[in-house]
Amino acid sequence: MALLSKKDSKLLKDPLLDNNPITIQVLGICSALAITAELKASIVMTVSVLFVMGVGNVVISLMRNIIPSKIRIIVQLVVVASLVIIVDQVLKAFAYELSKTLSVFVGLIITNCIIMGRFEAFALGNGPYRSFLDGIGNAAGYGFILILVGFFRELLGSGTLLGISVLGDPIAKTGLYAIGYENNGFMLLSPMALIVVGLIIWVQRARNKDLIED
Amino acid sequence: MEKRTDKNSYTIIFAVMMVCVVGGILAFLASSLKDRITQNEKIEKQQNILYALGVNNNDEGSAVFVDAAIAEKEFQEKVTEQLVLTFKDGNIVKTQTREEYMAETKQEPYLIDVKKQQTLQKETGERKLPLFVGKSPEGETIYVAPIRGKGLWDAIWGYVAVNEDMIVKGAYFDHKGETPGLGANIKQRYFMDDFYGERLLTEAGVFKGITVAKGNADPTNKIKDDYEVDAIAGSTITGDGVTAMIKKDLGLYVPYFKNLKN
Repeated sequence: MALLSKKDSKLLKDPLLDNNPITIQVLGICSALAITAELKASIVMTVSVLFVMGVGNVVISLMRNIIPSKIRIIVQLVVVASLVIIVDQVLKAFAYELSKTLSVFVGLIITNCIIMGRFEAFALGNGPYRSFLDGIGNAAGYGFILILVGFFRELLGSGTLLGISVLGDPIAKTGLYAIGYENNGFMLLSPMALIVVGLIIWVQRARNKDLIED
Repeated sequence: MEKRTDKNSYTIIFAVMMVCVVGGILAFLASSLKDRITQNEKIEKQQNILYALGVNNNDEGSAVFVDAAIAEKEFQEKVTEQLVLTFKDGNIVKTQTREEYMAETKQEPYLIDVKKQQTLQKETGERKLPLFVGKSPEGETIYVAPIRGKGLWDAIWGYVAVNEDMIVKGAYFDHKGETPGLGANIKQRYFMDDFYGERLLTEAGVFKGITVAKGNADPTNKIKDDYEVDAIAGSTITGDGVTAMIKKDLGLYVPYFKNLKN
């Protein structure tokens, strides 16, 4: 027997491409613009959101029958915020270096609309296991785009990947720079993230015509 | 039919309980982890100061602190003196040694909260700031001063080491929440290293500071007497913040160094 039923694996796979939270639902754009200037930040953010979404979706799903509908958004916000703060505090105590890397993202995770969106749209109406899969799937879909954008922005903007020079040294003019290549500083600014996301959306819709709305 | 969870009384009770439970968990966590966190922060400060003194494990291109495990020991060894200076109206009115300061406040000078002192200065016109004395790897006596200012999103701070002539011998910058890939790069080697050898005083001994300048036609920073370092593209406001905190906070120490020379 397969580990995941067809329906369950759809929960994981769909948000990666055909129902991607960033490119199709256009959620979570703000953090995608803010932190993708380097690949490392994209990866850290992806891992953090994977964690918060997975656990948060399960928590909300377990509480779904007792959450009063009038204040459900507040309850969701409290769950995300506490989860993020708990993680942040534990890291500060036991993995201080890592927590320094994460510090900027804490606020961004709490306000990430994909998280609230999945709580509201999925976890409130489904069981914990399926909610977990949905959370992981959506976070992965979000992270995939983040890493893709981060890859292009860091490569074309700084000529590095994860901080390691891959195109040579721009000041000493070695590698690609020796033949006149220049880093495009514009890639490091947020508007270019939007353009890169736009290009990804274009490629995606050109490949799969079903995604085009009339 | 109205559901049980739609009732106002239920909603209120739920909200109250949620606040208590979540508040309790967070408060418990915060207080039980507090000791470890303050310890980590202490070690980080020591590592920062040591970094500015040139004591670090830097490998090619990236900034690496000394090991957290030996930071305390190195700090005791390499920082030969921790002075506490009291500033008032641009003058240094009192200089205390570590022992004198500790007898007064029971606090290590390096743990002085620069932010609190800045607020204190606004209220009382007086503030106490530390100055750490040590030896550069070349054996010259150097002085490390803390600086703190505003970046684009949040606080930025650092430690700058200078020699008697106020020529920069090391710098460490950090930030709370600058943009990754842009302003956050002030803590990268290629930015911090540029400050090495830059002058803060003119030939006549007037304090000029160092400007983080766009397009200063010296990207590799070979010219050390132009009072400028090359800015990071896309982080103008963070760079201006660095300029401002160097001018404001290092400027305070000028009388100390003038005294030293006389």
